[in-house]
Amino acid sequence: MKNDALHVELGRRYHFAASHRLHTSQLSEEENCRVFGKCNNPYGHGHNYVLEVSLSGKIDPATGMIANLADLDAFVERHVLEEFDHHSLNEDVAAFSEKVPTTENLCIEIYRRLQQFPNAKLERVRIQETGNNSFEYAGDTEGNRS
Amino acid sequence: MVLLTRKIEFSASHLYHNPNLSAEENRRIFGKCNNPHGHGHNYTLEVTVSGEPDPVTGMVLDLKELKEILEREVMQRMDHRHLNYEVPELAGQIPTCENIAQVIWKLLEPRITQGKLHHVRLYESPDLFADCYRNGASRAGN
Repeated sequence: MKNDALHVELGRRYHFAASHRLHTSQLSEEENCRVFGKCNNPYGHGHNYVLEVSLSGKIDPATGMIANLADLDAFVERHVLEEFDHHSLNEDVAAFSEKVPTTENLCIEIYRRLQQFPNAKLERVRIQETGNNSFEYAGDTEGNRS
Repeated sequence: MVLLTRKIEFSASHLYHNPNLSAEENRRIFGKCNNPHGHGHNYTLEVTVSGEPDPVTGMVLDLKELKEILEREVMQRMDHRHLNYEVPELAGQIPTCENIAQVIWKLLEPRITQGKLHHVRLYESPDLFADCYRNGASRAGN
């Protein structure tokens, strides 16, 4: 089997800790409480998020890499972690000033940012909110229209 | 279709160095992975096979057989080895996760005769891994 018959992806995990509160001004206080339960507690709460980024592209024969990790790490640091790690998603990330910072929306926001990575194609992002909950977004593809 | 996954772990050393590049370029591109005496990792390999369960045994393939294939093709070749010097299939390639995963795919695919090799995931560390699929195959296997 020839190499070009294979689809290879590079996967990298990042960790960040952030707080959020699930609340929307489109619902009454009572409805917010009913829909979001304790995630609606007024002062918010936090998670250790695990962000998994998958990229595809040609493996450079000179380096054996789809993308140089140093470049990817620096990009993710600058475009995601700096703004998200040890911050409040509601208060510190403009994208969530109106939008509820569920991990679904977080996936879409991070996907949008990492799509700009110039050295490889972003396949998908997967975020673990806790060890028991994870979410994935692979862009506006079939079965995944936002 | 059902997917079946088996996991194994092996430990190996490697270094990243391209003899066609200068010492300085090697250092710039590969950083500490270019240290001349190499370093090592505990690799975790997940191998997924797709197929229909046999109506008699209820199995896509016998896990025992998959275990033996992995032992012969991967463990004996790579476990407690130096990937640059002791694995001929990697000769002339930088032993990155991407390249090792492809080599493992090519070693396993012809050996798996019941079911079809669907996915290979190789972790170099919990935070770095490569995935291999047949081109055009979906992750869900359908």
